[in-house]
Amino acid sequence: MEFFQTIDWSLMLRCFIVGGLICVIGQILIDKTKLTSARILVLFVTLGVILGGLGLYQYVIDFAGCGATVPLTGFGANLAKGAITEVQNSGLLGAFVGGVKVAAGGIAAAIFFGYLASIMAKPKIKKQ
Amino acid sequence: MDNPMDTPKTYSDYVDKKSPNSPIFTNCLKAFLIGGFICSIGQLIFFFCKSKGLDTSASNTVVSIILIGIAALLTGLNIFNKIGKVAGAGSLVPITGFANSIVSPAIEYKSEGYIMGVGGKMFTVAGPVLVFGISASVIVGMIYCFFV
Repeated sequence: MEFFQTIDWSLMLRCFIVGGLICVIGQILIDKTKLTSARILVLFVTLGVILGGLGLYQYVIDFAGCGATVPLTGFGANLAKGAITEVQNSGLLGAFVGGVKVAAGGIAAAIFFGYLASIMAKPKIKKQ
Repeated sequence: MDNPMDTPKTYSDYVDKKSPNSPIFTNCLKAFLIGGFICSIGQLIFFFCKSKGLDTSASNTVVSIILIGIAALLTGLNIFNKIGKVAGAGSLVPITGFANSIVSPAIEYKSEGYIMGVGGKMFTVAGPVLVFGISASVIVGMIYCFFV
């Protein structure tokens, strides 16, 4: 397979470790603080926006690739990056357009596949 | 020994002593392995897109779309919840957790109908995520516009 020869295995390893560590931070928060999972998701996205806005998260992305972009902090950082890029292009309007614009693919996929999966699934009966 | 029921303080100490410690180390290890695994799948998809000539930002979008699609499907088949019980934050923190948070409540409220049940309850958890994420990004954009 030609494709497997193009894989950067060192980036793959860094991706695994950094992605895993970001999840460990979430696990420690769940175990130690009794935060609900919804609050963890909100916390990670907001944290990602702040780190992305400060330009710090880009270093993590450069180092770990998808290990940084797949966790929700990466989703947040992407929102911030989109807002900043769009402000550079079209001024204040960009602050409102940019974030959702870059995240549009993910959000639309989540809504579409989410709705599709929900209508196909059988509501489960909780076993006692 | 004092009666543990005396004050709320002594009672909560008593409960802490009696309740088993959550095995935080094992939980973290599972979260690390499964979280790392999900990110690695993303990285593989990313390399594949790159080899097909897509640019970085388009590749990242494709990665998100595929992972969200897989997670939504697995949630619908009731497999994701089983993974989630083992993985904890390992499947919650990656973008798969976002997809799961949309599908789970939607299935649960299916009996209330396809519009207000499925369509409405989809955003019970994802709504706050989008509200805070997008609002924060607007603030970042404004700060950048006025101060940088």
